[in-house]
Amino acid sequence: MEILIIFTVLFYMLSTAAYFVFLFLQKNYTQRIGYFLILAGFLCHTANIVYCFVKYGHLPVSSFQETLSFAGWAVAGMFLVFQYKFNLKILGIFAAPMVTLIVVLATLVSGESYQTTKIFKNFWLISHVLAIFLGEAAFTLAAGLGVLYLIQENTIKTKKHRFFLKRLPSLDLLDSSGYACIVVGFTMLTLGLITGLVYAKSYWGRFWSWDPKEVWSGITWIFYAVLLHERLTVGWRGRKSAIMAIIGFGVLLFTFLGVNLLLGGHHGEFTK
Amino acid sequence: MENSPNNNKVSVFRCQELLNVAMHDIILIGINHKTAPVELRECIAFSEDESASALQTLSRKPHIKELLLFSTCNRVEVLVVTENKREAIDSTKDYIAEVNKIPRQAFEDALYIHEGDEAVRHVFRVASSLDSMVVGEPQILGQVKDAYRLATEAKVSGVILNRLLHRTFFVAKRIRTETGIGGHAVSISYAAVELGRKIFGSLESKNVLLVGAGEMAELAVEHLIRNKVGDIYVANRTFENGVELARRFNGQALRFEEIADCLKVVDIIISSTGSPDFVITRDQVKGVIRIRRNRPIFFIDIAVPRDIDPQVNRLSNSYVYDIDDLQGVIDENIEDRQKEAIKGERIVDEAVIQFRDWSASLEVVPTIVALRNKLESIAETEIKKTLQSNKIPESDQ
Repeated sequence: MEILIIFTVLFYMLSTAAYFVFLFLQKNYTQRIGYFLILAGFLCHTANIVYCFVKYGHLPVSSFQETLSFAGWAVAGMFLVFQYKFNLKILGIFAAPMVTLIVVLATLVSGESYQTTKIFKNFWLISHVLAIFLGEAAFTLAAGLGVLYLIQENTIKTKKHRFFLKRLPSLDLLDSSGYACIVVGFTMLTLGLITGLVYAKSYWGRFWSWDPKEVWSGITWIFYAVLLHERLTVGWRGRKSAIMAIIGFGVLLFTFLGVNLLLGGHHGEFTK
Repeated sequence: MENSPNNNKVSVFRCQELLNVAMHDIILIGINHKTAPVELRECIAFSEDESASALQTLSRKPHIKELLLFSTCNRVEVLVVTENKREAIDSTKDYIAEVNKIPRQAFEDALYIHEGDEAVRHVFRVASSLDSMVVGEPQILGQVKDAYRLATEAKVSGVILNRLLHRTFFVAKRIRTETGIGGHAVSISYAAVELGRKIFGSLESKNVLLVGAGEMAELAVEHLIRNKVGDIYVANRTFENGVELARRFNGQALRFEEIADCLKVVDIIISSTGSPDFVITRDQVKGVIRIRRNRPIFFIDIAVPRDIDPQVNRLSNSYVYDIDDLQGVIDENIEDRQKEAIKGERIVDEAVIQFRDWSASLEVVPTIVALRNKLESIAETEIKKTLQSNKIPESDQ
């Protein structure tokens, strides 16, 4: 559905513009416009995914283009949920450009589908894909909040560049919502890994095969597990937590893209 | 049908009333912080009782039809509706000289006199705090409201001032909501509270430690209490003083040696001692970070020389603001307010034009009344004629 894709990208771009206007003018309605635009984009995007699902009978994650686009969809969806929950007006300044960037990238890469119609009809596989993507979206937002936290902390500490001081919310809110993102992301990632393991057992006959994708997923999981553990036991919060969320996103990106592009493995087909 | 004559009477009466005021001018006579030094202002300022008696006396002057007197520490303004400008200004000046027992020459140079649109504009600007020493300060509107209440109680305000003041309140409120004129803190204690909010989000149930004493520091604590902070601790070198302060804030007094220990539980520290050395050192703070589980800690150092080692600011999740930092925040906020004030001036300009239109509509009233009288007299003669002509046919028959 070419037209849906065009509208999706258009709405995301307009939303980005609206959020930038909001950053400078600080008018509440610009933020609302940005929110509704990204919502409109998300709905078009969802419609497109549903259309693909109905037409081909599987989630559209069988080419690099589709995978990227699906990731963008997940980030947009996660953002809408978090925005609704925390009313973090400024988060859009990170999320909208991020989503736009991802979907624009998706339109630029080649779009030849890998034919896996048979395996994609499995319940475990669909759960696996959904959970992983939503988890990754939550981690993306956590990294964004981490960046915002560092900016705001730097503003308060150095007592300069007060442009951001008025525009960003309190450190506490940035920190606690970042934490919430990581909790959600970690839960989703755990679910995604479990369903992935179950699927691997049913498809290949074993849970774990030391494939690079599996290894790096494990590393990502352990990374976030440590981050959460430290927060709960010794109270890692604020700056440290923000930096870790950003590093975690780097690890995640490598697991998502780097492994496929550099190391190969059994997920490689999806990014061809 | 039964009511109509009555209604007619009321509207005629109302027209007459409007007719009376239509020919009058609005005059504003005043001094403020820009035109007069504090010595002169405090000499002329009216207390509330004095204002009430001034309203009584001035309103009895023959040329003063409506009156409002507004006096704060930064300004005295007399708003008068009159048909004879010169006489009204003269008698007001005389009254000020007489009641304060100072010669007219002493204050005449500091006085400004606005008429018509300019007077209206001035009232709008004053009430919206565009003319204040600290632009955007919120108290002034309340003070104008009080002055208006006094005037209505003394029954010295009339059609014009009632309308003008209601417009004033509307304009002031609009400027406050539509511009950022009252946006950010312009006092040390408020700036500290605002920064605290940027760190902690809500200040609710955050514990506060006051080290030393001093007007600014105590004011800051009061602002914090208004923001529903948790426990208050007071540490003072003289324990007795600490106890007394603690009682005032419903808090707990500490000995000076207990400060380091207290850092484990407090989130906001306001320090204002005369100590030549640092009262709180970097090592003391570093020592409690782990026990605090990295919860943020905010130091407000109002003392000169400083009480808190500036190195503390480099520790993670600790923030130190000294008096200069806070002043820097305030200076920027004032600049912002001045930018917003430009928008406020535009709203005032609009309102002045609207008010002028309303005044102009009053000037039409005499014509309407004259027209009405003319019509009524025509109607009367016509009725008479008709009645007579009714008789004529009768007599003819």
